[in-house]
Amino acid sequence: MPANEADRGKTISYKPLSMSAKEYKAFAKNREPARSVFRNCAIAFLVGGAICLIGQGVQDFFIAAFGMTERQAGNPTVAVMILISVILTCLGVYDKIAQWAGAGTAVPVTGFANSMCSAAIEHRSEGLVLGVGAQMFKLAGSVIVFGVVAAFVIGIIHWLLGIGGQ
Amino acid sequence: MQYLWAFIIGGGICLIGQLLFDVVKLTPAHTMSLLVVAGAVVDGIGWYEPLIKFAGAGATVPITSFGNSLVHGALTELQRDGWIGVITGIFEVTSAGISAAIIFSFLAALVVKPKG
Repeated sequence: MPANEADRGKTISYKPLSMSAKEYKAFAKNREPARSVFRNCAIAFLVGGAICLIGQGVQDFFIAAFGMTERQAGNPTVAVMILISVILTCLGVYDKIAQWAGAGTAVPVTGFANSMCSAAIEHRSEGLVLGVGAQMFKLAGSVIVFGVVAAFVIGIIHWLLGIGGQ
Repeated sequence: MQYLWAFIIGGGICLIGQLLFDVVKLTPAHTMSLLVVAGAVVDGIGWYEPLIKFAGAGATVPITSFGNSLVHGALTELQRDGWIGVITGIFEVTSAGISAAIIFSFLAALVVKPKG
């Protein structure tokens, strides 16, 4: 709900420094819708599209440079995208972009790598086994679990229906 | 031309993700899981391969392709080895992505100090 421009100014000028929690909540709520759903979606579309564009460039590079087929080039492309994402995460750049781009950086496979890498770095202080090893899949784990279960169910359905593969 | 479609389809999948964030109010983990399952189901009915042919990296870079690869591995080995292939084949195609993510993340954790 976009607040009235004039009302906004008043709220600030009356109580600029001392706000109770309740007032702050109202104050913050007034400002929250500044990032509209439409704007978020536009940014997600553009950033996500740009990442896929880079992926397409990497894939075409593998096809041109190593004479791979499109199918063969898929795996090295994903690996390169993950490497780029991990490097950007290490430099702290990826999370900065992610804050702004939302799903645009989270949905591509780079976001998957980012979640693993940042969890690994974050929990490094807890040790290699209990920290890095155990916490790496904190966020990525649900993706793998649900992906595998879904793939298993679909595989079983195909088997029962006797379709086999495609 | 493929670059244009890669941009549009890839961006479109991210847009769906953003709508799930903002409109349906799902957490990122729920959104990602849902997209992976969606990718798996779409491949299960045989529509993901044509999408990859059409949009290239626009279909292979978003996380939905992870679900697609899991199903694809399972179905390929199902065809080749029978029912046991459903279990053995799941990570057949995805292993590159998961291995790369694990290895690079582990190495990164060895050398990089966490930032505030």
